[in-house]
Amino acid sequence: MSLVRDKDYGTPASLSEKNVTVEIDGFKVTVPEGTSVMRAASSIGIEIPKLCATDSIDPFGSCRLCVCQVEGGKGYPASCTTPVYEGMKVQTENAKLNQIRKGIMELYISDHPLDCLTCPSNGNCELQDMAGTVGLREVRYGYEGQNHLQAEKDTSNPYFTFDPSKCIVCSRCVRACEETQGTFALTIDGRGFDSVISPGQNESFMDSECVSCGACVQACPTATLMEKSVYEMGQPDHSIITTCAYCGVGCSFKAEMKGAEVVRMVPDKNGQANHGHSCVKGRFAFGYATHPDRLTTPMIRKSIHDPWQKVSWDEAINYAASEFKRIQAKYGRYSVGGLTSSRCTNEEAYLVQKLVRAAFGNNNVDTCARVCHSPTGYGLKQTLGESAGTQTFDSVMQSDVIMVIGANPTDGHPVFASLMKKRLRQGAKLIVADPRNIDLVRSAHVEADYHLKLRPGTNVALVNALAHVIVAEGLVKEDFVNAKCEVDSFNKWRDFVAQERNSPEASEVHTGVPAKLVREAARLYATAGNGAIYYGLGVTEHSQGSTTVIGIANLAMATGNIGREGVGVNPLRGQNNVQGSCDMGSFPHELPGYRHVSDLETRTLFESVWGAKLEAEPGLRIPNMFTAAIEGSFKGLYCEGEDIAQSDPNTQHVAEALEAMECVVVQDLFLNETAKYAHVFLPGASFLEKTGTFTNAERRISPVRRVMPPKAGYEDWEVTQLLSNALGYEMNYSSAKEILDEIAFLVPTFKGVSFKKLDELGSVQWPCNDEAPTGTPTMHIEEFVRGKGRFMPTEYVPTSERSTSKYPLILTTGRILSQYNVGAQTRRTDNVAWHSEDRLDIHPHDAEVRGIKEGDKVSIESRAGVTVLHARVTEKMQPGVVYTTFHFPESGANVITTDNSDWATNCPEYKVTAVQVTKVGGFSLWQDEFKSFTEQQLSMLENATAG
Amino acid sequence: MHHNENLIKMANDISAFFASDTDHASAVGGMVDHLTKFWEPRMRKAIIAHLNEGGEGLSELAEDAVRQLGENASVAA
Repeated sequence: MSLVRDKDYGTPASLSEKNVTVEIDGFKVTVPEGTSVMRAASSIGIEIPKLCATDSIDPFGSCRLCVCQVEGGKGYPASCTTPVYEGMKVQTENAKLNQIRKGIMELYISDHPLDCLTCPSNGNCELQDMAGTVGLREVRYGYEGQNHLQAEKDTSNPYFTFDPSKCIVCSRCVRACEETQGTFALTIDGRGFDSVISPGQNESFMDSECVSCGACVQACPTATLMEKSVYEMGQPDHSIITTCAYCGVGCSFKAEMKGAEVVRMVPDKNGQANHGHSCVKGRFAFGYATHPDRLTTPMIRKSIHDPWQKVSWDEAINYAASEFKRIQAKYGRYSVGGLTSSRCTNEEAYLVQKLVRAAFGNNNVDTCARVCHSPTGYGLKQTLGESAGTQTFDSVMQSDVIMVIGANPTDGHPVFASLMKKRLRQGAKLIVADPRNIDLVRSAHVEADYHLKLRPGTNVALVNALAHVIVAEGLVKEDFVNAKCEVDSFNKWRDFVAQERNSPEASEVHTGVPAKLVREAARLYATAGNGAIYYGLGVTEHSQGSTTVIGIANLAMATGNIGREGVGVNPLRGQNNVQGSCDMGSFPHELPGYRHVSDLETRTLFESVWGAKLEAEPGLRIPNMFTAAIEGSFKGLYCEGEDIAQSDPNTQHVAEALEAMECVVVQDLFLNETAKYAHVFLPGASFLEKTGTFTNAERRISPVRRVMPPKAGYEDWEVTQLLSNALGYEMNYSSAKEILDEIAFLVPTFKGVSFKKLDELGSVQWPCNDEAPTGTPTMHIEEFVRGKGRFMPTEYVPTSERSTSKYPLILTTGRILSQYNVGAQTRRTDNVAWHSEDRLDIHPHDAEVRGIKEGDKVSIESRAGVTVLHARVTEKMQPGVVYTTFHFPESGANVITTDNSDWATNCPEYKVTAVQVTKVGGFSLWQDEFKSFTEQQLSMLENATAG
Repeated sequence: MHHNENLIKMANDISAFFASDTDHASAVGGMVDHLTKFWEPRMRKAIIAHLNEGGEGLSELAEDAVRQLGENASVAA
């Protein structure tokens, strides 16, 4: 292991397919046209000195350190901004150039603190390196002149400092914020000697628009912007490339280490999903892995009202196994089940579902994708033939019009949002369909051409109205449909959407979106060139979630926007391994690779490899498990990495179900909300402590590499194996590699996947097999996976969860940039500096009529329950709609959400709950009970006895 | 919510999707296929039993589909 320092070519690569040959310092080099002299030189090992240039951002030509001489040319052009041309002859070093460089460095150093030995950048400072490279031996101006050495340090950001005394005003941070992140939070304030980097309008970093993505820190060539962890721990000594465990973008990171401690997480510039970019969570919020709340000793108890008993691994595993056996003996084979998690690796999900099917002998396995993207799996399988998105993230750079439906990428998928914003700044058109004024509607240098501000719960009506315009106005790509789709199904669908009741004018009464806007947006999507649809949980988490997914696929097929770069149907997956956990057979009706359990051929294959008889009938989904538990026929649950007591709807119902079970086994990092109802606690391992793979929203399988030993002694797959063996079903894997090899043997789309290949290629997008040995970036090119694309009519059925005089407002829920889902990870980091509690967003009009002011305590009451939050009055909301996040358990966001769910998959309808909001003085009864229950459970943890 | 009420609502929600198929037989077939593929056997048995007890609350399409489901189950048995 060594510390990997990526080569910096100085300027971005040219994408030109035409090559030119130039001569640099007497060496010929052939490079793509448009390449800078600096990059061309670097490609043959000639590193021209530079400070303001770095290859993640466009050249700027301000430091002038990279001057060169071109034969036949005048003066000393900057090599970073000078493109090569055929036959060009360049000199990068001579006495004159060296004299210029030394002069520049003298000026820089005359206004720079000479504290190199105590500087956090010592050993990794570009300014220091350049002083050495140019041979700086003296500073003729001295150090006594006017300078910035007393400039005040800004330590407001919890993760990095801004020390302007070390700043050389190279603008790399400003350009990174603009070009890489797209936030435009930084600027150069003042002119000449007075030029300083300014967050916002001379604000601190925390008070500015900065989103703490770390791009500026990454770009800084000095210690001006520096991670606080480096201040504290010093420079790292080795690095290991792994994959982020937060959202579905699946960014590649270098874990930069000292011994077994992470100094910092640095986005990997070779990462194929993120290209060296990051967000505040992946870049900085990794401290949860070493948080004091981590539980590293297994525990058991007979009843949830008993104190915990700390026991050995053997004892805990044997107790769990004996309880599952006892329950199955008493209540039958189908009385137990298991849950995999999108926060775990493919190998772990695979093993848990294998345990359920082979050791428990039933199909009662489900996963948290049930409550997020299960409609995607259903809808895309029905129409396109594969339960996955169709593109790469990079595909967006070829899009001419981007339609974002029910997604908030700048908060939920920030690194992809930065890429999308880059394309929008290049001129792509944008349609946003969302009830809220999300940031994409209007932010720095981005403005939606159309914001279809629909009412929650009316997605299908809107999608049908868009389809109506496309059909009625003759915008269907007939040649595409005739060649690639089932014509009969198309005709049925066309006749359906052409009906007047699906017109924008007729739909307006449901959606609230002016018909004119819908018509114009539909025309834009159908005619602007490459049209791409991106959607999120605002599509899936509805009673008609699957219908909307089908409707989106219909739109893409009808307009021929599928099967090439720049187009497609792109689900933005919530968690890092939603795609992977689904691929691995975590649903109760299908084996790994999306093959139904009733398929004899597939079952026979699995039976032969697993050596176990498999059930041919689907098992229980999560909500079915809850119902069965309350009815008394489901008594035991093995839950790995999920927190159903916080994340699933109708908290009281979930709690009742958990209390009704006789053995709940939770495998997790912390005593989460579900663990408070557990009888066995098995300590889990964080992503830093395990080996495996994650599959992101673009089907990209990326390696997860262990950078430190598991705190509790075992990686999660090892714990599952121990449990399986104790249950009597033998597993004998010696590594995650062996599990992945078994997956590759059994799952056709994974046939060519191996850790060796991932080491060679970095990552691969499935299908990866004999036909596509390096993976498949774009799907459905020649034909759809199911053969012909299938159109399906999508009747709009209003949700039964409607506003009434008693519950006049519609609550919709979502997440925020700095926090992640149930918050178990991010709440245990300094990210709470941005979001320390869930609040209720309410429109000023709705607030005023209720006498509610900013910060007031308000009760939110639905048919399911009541909770109390502080109000935030904001015009981001439309009148009649309120919004909250669900990152803090005490908020009880899911105390209010109901059992209503998607018709096809039972994905909960988190996005539509009829509520009333009232100003109150105290917290709700549920919150009081929650507080008391939590105190009781934490006391039991504190008083856990040694076994 | 009582289990049966829950199942009836789920069945009706499913039927609302398949009802957009103008061919009734095809709609029934689609719904039966869905119930067979995605409902756990205990749930299927319960909804068939509910139909056999009168099927109160089931939509017309749901009734037809559950009836077909019951007939398929009898044949398989």
